[in-house]
Amino acid sequence: MSAVIETHHDDHHHGPGKGITRWLFTTNHKDIGTLYLWFSFIMFLVGGAMALVIRAELFQPGLQFVHPEFFNQMTTNHGLIMVFGVIMPAMVGLANWQVPMMIGAPDMALPRLNNLSFWILPFAGGLLVSTLFMDGGGPNFGWTFYAPLSTTYAPPSTTFFIFAVHLLGASSIMGSINIIATILNLRAPGMTLMKMPLFVWTWLITAYLLLAVMPVLAGAVTMMLFDIHFHTSFFNAAGGGDPVMFQHVFWFFGHPEVYILILPAFGVVSQIIPTFARKPLFGYDSMVYAVASIAFLSFIVWAHHMFTVGMPLAGQLFFMYATMLIAIPTGVKVFNWVSTMWRGSMTFETPMLFAIAFVVLFTIGGFSGLMLAITPVDFQYHDTYFVVAHFHYVLVPGAVFGIFAAVYYWLPKWCGRMYDEAMGRLHFWLSFIGVNLTFFPQHFSGLAGMPRRIPDYSIQFADFNMWSSIGAFIFGFSQLILLYTVIKTIKSGEPASDRVWDGAHGLEWTLPSPPPYHSFTHPPVVTDAEAHS
Amino acid sequence: MNVKAIMRATLGAALVVAAACGYADELNMRVGVTEVSESVYGLHMLILYICCGIGVIVFGAMAYSIYHHRKSRGAVAAKFHENTRLEIFWTVIPTFILVGMAIPATQVLIKMYDTGGEDMTVEVRGYQWKWQYKYLDENRNNTLSFFSSLATSQDEIHNKAIKGEHYLLEVDNPLVVPTGKKVRLLVTANDVIHSWWVPDFGVKRDAIPGILNDIWFIADEPGIYRGQCTELCGKDHGFMPVVVRVVPEDEYRDWYSAQSAAYTEREAMARQTFSPDELMTMGEQVYTKVCSTCHQANGQGLPPVFPAISGSPVATGPRDAHIAAVYNGRPGTAMQAFSAQLNAAELAAVIHYQRNALGNSVGDVTQPVDILNWAAAQ
Amino acid sequence: MAGRHGNTVTKLVLLGVGMFGFAFALVPLYDLLCDVTGLGGRTGGAYAYEPAKAEVDTSRLVKVNFVANTNDGMPWQFWGETPTVRVHPGELTEVKFYVKNPTDRAMVGQAVPSVAPNAAAEHFHKTECFCFERQILQPGEELEMPMRFFLAPELPKYVQSVSLSYSLFDITELAAAERTRPEA
Repeated sequence: MSAVIETHHDDHHHGPGKGITRWLFTTNHKDIGTLYLWFSFIMFLVGGAMALVIRAELFQPGLQFVHPEFFNQMTTNHGLIMVFGVIMPAMVGLANWQVPMMIGAPDMALPRLNNLSFWILPFAGGLLVSTLFMDGGGPNFGWTFYAPLSTTYAPPSTTFFIFAVHLLGASSIMGSINIIATILNLRAPGMTLMKMPLFVWTWLITAYLLLAVMPVLAGAVTMMLFDIHFHTSFFNAAGGGDPVMFQHVFWFFGHPEVYILILPAFGVVSQIIPTFARKPLFGYDSMVYAVASIAFLSFIVWAHHMFTVGMPLAGQLFFMYATMLIAIPTGVKVFNWVSTMWRGSMTFETPMLFAIAFVVLFTIGGFSGLMLAITPVDFQYHDTYFVVAHFHYVLVPGAVFGIFAAVYYWLPKWCGRMYDEAMGRLHFWLSFIGVNLTFFPQHFSGLAGMPRRIPDYSIQFADFNMWSSIGAFIFGFSQLILLYTVIKTIKSGEPASDRVWDGAHGLEWTLPSPPPYHSFTHPPVVTDAEAHS
Repeated sequence: MNVKAIMRATLGAALVVAAACGYADELNMRVGVTEVSESVYGLHMLILYICCGIGVIVFGAMAYSIYHHRKSRGAVAAKFHENTRLEIFWTVIPTFILVGMAIPATQVLIKMYDTGGEDMTVEVRGYQWKWQYKYLDENRNNTLSFFSSLATSQDEIHNKAIKGEHYLLEVDNPLVVPTGKKVRLLVTANDVIHSWWVPDFGVKRDAIPGILNDIWFIADEPGIYRGQCTELCGKDHGFMPVVVRVVPEDEYRDWYSAQSAAYTEREAMARQTFSPDELMTMGEQVYTKVCSTCHQANGQGLPPVFPAISGSPVATGPRDAHIAAVYNGRPGTAMQAFSAQLNAAELAAVIHYQRNALGNSVGDVTQPVDILNWAAAQ
Repeated sequence: MAGRHGNTVTKLVLLGVGMFGFAFALVPLYDLLCDVTGLGGRTGGAYAYEPAKAEVDTSRLVKVNFVANTNDGMPWQFWGETPTVRVHPGELTEVKFYVKNPTDRAMVGQAVPSVAPNAAAEHFHKTECFCFERQILQPGEELEMPMRFFLAPELPKYVQSVSLSYSLFDITELAAAERTRPEA
């Protein structure tokens, strides 16, 4: 809480540099935030194109466009890119832009590290995508890369995939260290922990989760690397290893990882709903405690992804009960959001539309999550399209809508120009319809018995898949509206006021729009009006 | 514009729900035919109804608020931002609901774990990309083992022929079991992880190399039950269905003795001599069934993972090396040791076919006895 | 790095490094968990059988069946003499397995045991087993391999049948790599 703020930048000019070097050597949190967000958007188009290849192949039964081998590379890379190349970088980008402004800091705590953690990403992403063009093809074993399919039976490009995961992990770890250091050390005087905006809180907890589990993922892929090249037998039954252990190590990382993807979105929605309801967030304290307990529980539920591998009864019961418990803090959050809206004075600009859709659709994803937690029923749902529907409901209208909401909410602040509301709403409605059309029928195909990760299916699933594919193309192409709207805003949007939204509270809105290059060169006064109390 | 848009969305949702009710059977989990699958279905419906109930309350409150508490209707924002009693209420009530779900779930799970008292045991082994069923009979001479692979033709898959009713859900040799008997399955795998699933039995378990899992079912209704592999296992993961035929016990006994006889006959074939034409016909059948998924129907393979047969140094070189490759496989690749799956006659035929078709013309003839001689010389 | 963040950064880096180490610590932890709970059907190593102290529970007979398989294109032939035996818990039983290397090269094999159901694994004690060591077979060599085991009388009453599978893997390459490692 020491809050002596001074400018301690290595670049001595007080404005952006010129040309390409501005972006290559920048240590400025806003420039780096912008880079993260653009990188994420480009990867979103790449990963989205892969999703469209998948949906085109699944439009009808039979093999039409791609070979099953390539289909598997598409599902694998789609998953990896969306998780590690889109949602995570976008959330870090939002944190870069917003955390310093929201806590009254001039910049991030470790600006040079910040530059490094971003610039690793394009190389890691490029390496991952380049595996598709290598001999034997890219990774084809699913984003969960279960051994021995990903070790003994993997294509040669797996080594490069492992390095890409190492780089992505290193970037995330450095990013988290920076965010934690910023939040703990650079808060303005009077910005106590329990006055921090929820977006900052969710990111603080997310950063700790990242720091705890990304190294475990790094360990898992390192063991894979050793098994593939150095004849160790971590996951090889022949040499005394155990392929099931891979799944335990992976999901020890993987379950906290899914909360890493969603918690910052919780934070975004908790900023937006009070603004447009013109009413303070309901149950601030319980929101913080709920996020903390979700983060804690995420470490003791991992084996619910592995109910079908065959665990002793006691193990199955433990993981079922622990998983069901997560419904309680998650429910608290949803109830609090609804109570924030209750008796407010609501308007429905694009950020609010995305936030409301987030609450509804994320809750639907939560319901299917609760159903999946029940072990005996999970035997029927496991690895079917029901699971695909579940996690896409929490990740697309969950995490991705959270990112969209954040971009529309803060874009006027970032560039000092207002986006086109009509275009924003068009983007929302097309995305909303597209997402539901894509993923809702997948519940039914899953219940009817369609396994996930298959390039062709029996004719009884044909109708659901056709709807799903149509929805996917609507959703995919409506993202071009977002691109158009953002570029139009940057180039020729109407000037935005400093406060932007009349119900907005928080330190970022006390700065001019656009904010100065170094956000708060002098620590601001934290008033009750601008902080949660 | 907003209200209209929301109205339209609501109307759309209502239409979807109405349409959904019309297809209710297709849209829901299958009830299945075993006691376990019926209790699983009951549990599924219980939780679904609870979720729907909570959904109606939460989304109803939201919808009410969105309609009434909007600025355009002159709503003035209230100032409240906490209510401890309410917050305790919505923490405690869900806890009770969860306990209410956990109790029946635990009961069903305990029932599923009771694998004892079985009437028969079958080992289920996952291969890339087929299943092997081994009936473990206490009499060693009476065991039965066979492979079960996809029966759908490549023409149907590649849209060159009309797709049949059971497209991708049909196999050459289904698992056959008698009605009303407790069947215990020992599930494991040869290469990578697979998962054996029959939705109508409410049974799914991963098949893991080196690890043995056990599951059981009792099917009272004769019929054909279909499922699929549900763990990504490589290229043809989508093409390894599970089919179980449940038949009355006497029919099962007849089937079993006929299979044993056929098995013995196939073994006897290994001692016969065939004409080159017979070898070609039989070889093509075996090739289509066993080899073509990787090496492709035209023999061109999918290099570099699956090498071509046409012009391959193995298929056009010394015959002993060719036999060795097919007989022993290539460890660490998808090329299996086919000695475990094919008898000497089938091995001879497919090797003859590979050497004299698919663009190759070595001109030699491979007979079952050549395979046996080669194996004996090892 | 900026000095006044040094403390925070050091702690966070240590946390990251610690968690990387923890991933590797999961390996022995997992093995321990398997041995204790029978997770994955693990049966543990050689067990001493003392006939004097052995309590045989003659009140029940447990069916034990054996499954022998070769994995991953392993060309050896591998079979058991007896598919099924019925034993009293506490009673020492011997069954024989056979293995033959039909190829023209010397090979190394390793049999991996697994017991189903999980609840029986921790009570399945082997006093002698070929799975405790690897087998080296010359071209054409055949080997008879005895296996002795007993079921602990503590085996839960509801377990009426136990299955033991052996998956025989080809570890010729792995063994060769191990031999060359010290020089490398």
